[in-house]
Amino acid sequence: MRVARAELWTGRAFILALMAITILPFISIFITALHPSGTVPRGLEWPADPQWGNFVEAFKVAEMPTLLLSSTFIVLAVVPVSLVISTMAGFAIGLLRIPGSRVLLFLFVFGLTLPFSGIIIPIYFLERAMGIYNTRLAIVLPLIALYMPFAVFWMRAHFVNMPTEISEAARVDGATTWDLFWRIHVPLARAPIASLGILMSIWTWNQFLLALVLVEDPTQRTMAGALGAYQGHYATDIPLLCAGTILILVPTLVIFILFQRQIITALLQGSVKG
Amino acid sequence: MTSDNRHVAPWHSRWILLHRGIHRETIIGWLFVLPALIMYVLFVLQPLVLTIHYSFYKWNGVGPKTWVGLKNYVTIFQVPDLIGTIFNAFWLVVWFSFIPVGLGLVVASVMHRVASRRFGSIARTVLFLPQVIALVAAGIIWGWLLSLPGLINQILKAVGLGTITRAWLGDFDWALPAVGLIGIWVLLGFCTVLLLTGITKVDPSLYESARIDGADWFREFVTITVPLLRYEIGVCLTVTVIAALAAFDIVYVSTAGGPGNSTAVPGIQIYILAFTQRAIGLASALAVMLMILVVVVILPIQWLSRENKI
Repeated sequence: MRVARAELWTGRAFILALMAITILPFISIFITALHPSGTVPRGLEWPADPQWGNFVEAFKVAEMPTLLLSSTFIVLAVVPVSLVISTMAGFAIGLLRIPGSRVLLFLFVFGLTLPFSGIIIPIYFLERAMGIYNTRLAIVLPLIALYMPFAVFWMRAHFVNMPTEISEAARVDGATTWDLFWRIHVPLARAPIASLGILMSIWTWNQFLLALVLVEDPTQRTMAGALGAYQGHYATDIPLLCAGTILILVPTLVIFILFQRQIITALLQGSVKG
Repeated sequence: MTSDNRHVAPWHSRWILLHRGIHRETIIGWLFVLPALIMYVLFVLQPLVLTIHYSFYKWNGVGPKTWVGLKNYVTIFQVPDLIGTIFNAFWLVVWFSFIPVGLGLVVASVMHRVASRRFGSIARTVLFLPQVIALVAAGIIWGWLLSLPGLINQILKAVGLGTITRAWLGDFDWALPAVGLIGIWVLLGFCTVLLLTGITKVDPSLYESARIDGADWFREFVTITVPLLRYEIGVCLTVTVIAALAAFDIVYVSTAGGPGNSTAVPGIQIYILAFTQRAIGLASALAVMLMILVVVVILPIQWLSRENKI
């Protein structure tokens, strides 16, 4: 590498500074969370008497176990169903190329740029009529539907590139369409299915608007939705608000650190394909 | 005659078999699409049509609907607070989109030049962090940092700029840029990492020969990085522009559209109109305008970045 020494170090200093700016907000709320509840601490001052109990307090006030269960339930209801139905649709459109595939693809792709806030109003009234308003199902059903444009598009992109010889060979051996799908192509599509699963799990965990509009009870919401409600109650008690925010962030951060490579790759591929 | 029959029969039966086969295949294929399609039609396309339908009515959500034609759309153009949300959304594009993409290009190219493998991967992880946390959390964290006793003002005081400290999110002139700052923090890492993967796909010999010729960072940036990353830049712009125009979470928790209407974006205004003021028709008209706006802005970006790309 022919990069001058001086440039090397200014460049690295620049990147380090950016990393510091990225991290600083997390450090600031962590330190703030250790100050006595009800006080208004300043910037980055380490408290004289760190109040670790704030985390316990926030854990109780925010009903963390209930929230974790609720969020996990929603993710487990949304992600597997979305994966199965979008993989099936992607398979039919990309590999079987059924008559009407082009129209179907267009129909799904059309939904890619649709902002959630654009269609939230009728969803609210539909769910009131269906009697699922203020239940977890109120988040689960529209979320599965809202993921379909991206998920079908993503899986179709995988299947459309599969060589046809595999399917032809299987057909000669007398495989039915279901065999072809379940025994041959799903195992081959493990990588894109896993990435899609990671993406949809993060998006579901962080989903706010649907939770805010469709579920009044914070304990029936996603993590992000519950955090919104928590902020409403504790806006004046900064240390407790920060402690609660950190607790709600911890699961996401742990998952990110464990699976950082897969998550970054999935998020990047997701945007490139979408 | 007999030979004719012999010819016709197999041809005929094979045709039926083939036809029946195709027919069966088609039905099975459509059965594969059906679950996804049903969900999509029920919870996306149906609401989409209903939004358009509501937008032509005056309705409070409970009583009878009154047909008003295009009046809701006219109202949006006439009331400064409503049309202002569209302008605010465009302002937000500068902060959420132009700055992260521009700065991301610079950071990615610097990283590509100076970072070792190990340092590069740590930097990637750290810079990407804000992208995975909930936008609501980002809004809450920055709501505190940008408040009067928050970190930003502490830093300003420490460097002798104590006179300009203020409650940034509560200031009529500064609230929108302050919200924009949150967007930069969230989106810069994403853009950087995406553009960096683009750079690593560029033929390394191009950079090698540029360096042998003694090209400095800036020359390399202008002549190689930017032109060859057209596609990745397009992707970044698409994602970030949608994030700006459809912004909701960050704005809702950090300012809720205030002070006044200085940070009200369409998403927030739709929510307020529909769920606190019960002006369903007006909210729906704004929703329709937002959806059209996103498509109208995104299409040219897609078209420009994919052009000349096989």
